[in-house]
Amino acid sequence: MPYDSFNVLKSTVVPLPTENVDTDQIIPARFLKATEREGFGDNLFRDWRYDVEGNPKKDFVLNDQTYSGKILLAGKNFGSGSSREHAVWALYDYGFRCVVSSFFADIFKNNCLNIGVLPVTITPEFADVLFKAIEENPKTEVEVDLDKQTITLLSTGQSETFDINSYKKENMKNGFDDIDYLLNINKEITAFAESR
Amino acid sequence: MEKKTLFDKIWDAHVVRSVPNGPDVFFIDKHFIHEVTSPVAFLNLEKRGVGVLYPERTIATPDHNVPTVDQDKTIKDKLSRMQVERLRENCKKYNIELHDLGSAHHGIVHVIGPELGVTQPGMTIVCGDSHTSTHGAFGAIAFGIGTSEVEMVLATQCIMQSKAKKMRITVDGQVGKGVTSKDIILYIIAKISAAGATGYFVEYAGSAITSLSMEARMTICNMSIEMGARGGLIAPDETTFNYLKGKQYAPKGEDWDKAVAYWKTLKTDEGAFFDKEYHFDGSDIEPMITYGTNPGMGIKIKGNIPTTEGMEGSNKTTYLKSLDYMGFAPGEPIKGKKVDYVFVGSCTNGRIEDIRSVANFVKGKKKADNITAWIVPGSREVEKMAHEEGLVKILEEAGFELRQPGCSACLAMNEDKIPSGKYAVSTSNRNFEGRQGPGARTMLASPITVAAVAVTGEITDPREVF
Repeated sequence: MPYDSFNVLKSTVVPLPTENVDTDQIIPARFLKATEREGFGDNLFRDWRYDVEGNPKKDFVLNDQTYSGKILLAGKNFGSGSSREHAVWALYDYGFRCVVSSFFADIFKNNCLNIGVLPVTITPEFADVLFKAIEENPKTEVEVDLDKQTITLLSTGQSETFDINSYKKENMKNGFDDIDYLLNINKEITAFAESR
Repeated sequence: MEKKTLFDKIWDAHVVRSVPNGPDVFFIDKHFIHEVTSPVAFLNLEKRGVGVLYPERTIATPDHNVPTVDQDKTIKDKLSRMQVERLRENCKKYNIELHDLGSAHHGIVHVIGPELGVTQPGMTIVCGDSHTSTHGAFGAIAFGIGTSEVEMVLATQCIMQSKAKKMRITVDGQVGKGVTSKDIILYIIAKISAAGATGYFVEYAGSAITSLSMEARMTICNMSIEMGARGGLIAPDETTFNYLKGKQYAPKGEDWDKAVAYWKTLKTDEGAFFDKEYHFDGSDIEPMITYGTNPGMGIKIKGNIPTTEGMEGSNKTTYLKSLDYMGFAPGEPIKGKKVDYVFVGSCTNGRIEDIRSVANFVKGKKKADNITAWIVPGSREVEKMAHEEGLVKILEEAGFELRQPGCSACLAMNEDKIPSGKYAVSTSNRNFEGRQGPGARTMLASPITVAAVAVTGEITDPREVF
């Protein structure tokens, strides 16, 4: 469904350096039993965030008030495993609009682009720079400019460009999803289907 | 003429159009849906006022959250019941074929598709489930999609994706006694890592692959996603055709001959380009087991858990966090570790061949006292065959508890949960933290290894028991 358009995002950053974070961690399977897309943010990282009694675990970053923001800076191979789009719904619902990592799992990345969470792939070196800067000063801001395809550490001006194809970029800038495009070429699709 | 891979041939034949500097509009032949990842897609269709374009190209079954006992009764869990009822309503409303609980072909979506002969070579197949890669065993392009894409397929029979890069993994030679296709894929994933094939579509080749049955090939393709691949596929051959012949939805008569003639063209041309190639020797593969919290963390059962030598930074922190979750220490042997549960089932190893091999190995033996042993057939058809072949009796005599079909303890969305802190050796596909229940500790292995563990009560190399 249509989502908020994405242009320039300037925000503090929540760091999660753990590697290979799979979508079962982002949202455990037992919280997928909804028939509507709402409230998934409450269970984002459920088992890392809360103990079995439902008390917040102090050492998890989302429970640490030092850190906040609309950008999640994650360790490499983020979003592996299950194709559950619910993982991205949970991130979006919690308030994240951008996930930054040196490496994303494929299906997760696609799901992000389909619902308006921008996945930004940076080099491992720049990821280290960002993790360090945030550790030193949690109020450090990062700017993600979709049009210019840049991500910048505002305190030092260090910056990298990131890849996104121009079709997806225009979609994100306008809050469009693929289905609008597909419905518009309906005749071409049915002709293709009938020729098979 | 341009030399093409099998993947190229199928992909290129399904591109409706290519968006300049963007993805391909990709046509989907068959779409499987289940109760968990489809309801929001249907809801959004309604909001848009759009219908289902080709309902005959979609097939539904409830599998993820369903109970594995008392399936003839109302589902106790309210949220699960609502999802299953929503699936029924949506299928009725849009005229989609549903294999409901209790019906002759109910089961895990990736088990019933092949069983019904819906899955065929050359097709494009998607489902809101990452293990859709299973169907690649028939020489199809099959992969998991998100719910937004489920909605796209329902509305337009297409999704928009860029073509993946191409990888070929060749396993030549013969594997030894006690080594199954599960060990082959766990070995491959351990070699190239849980992210080693991200961005790629994998073709499996070589004599150790082509000598496998369809069931065993499905196990291999099923776990392609566990190394990050979009999917995996194997060129169709006589084994494939023999499996499909006579299946309910397989072509019949003249259509069959035509289909086989086409299917025979579905192979990678000599000299076609792959972005990446790996070669492994089948004789190097031994029974495998995982010790950590992603499927790339696998070792030979006879081996030791790796030390932290050469690791640093977040790599080391992540590794130690994983071992801490499992209650293991770097460098120690895995053999002999006590186990609490064994689980045989899932879209990876819940097929009749898997049940047969477990029954064959535990025949006349008893499970160890410390073990709770669950066996969950992948489908009603598998369950029926297991009864008819006398396997159920053998398994029950050995102390296994046979349950009804579903995804069950693979992802523990229903009541089949491994308790916190307990160890399970499982034929499923993921050993992620909490995958089989909050705090559960999962070790992935083959059905034969699981049978050996059930009997001894500890991590065991099956070659030393049977």
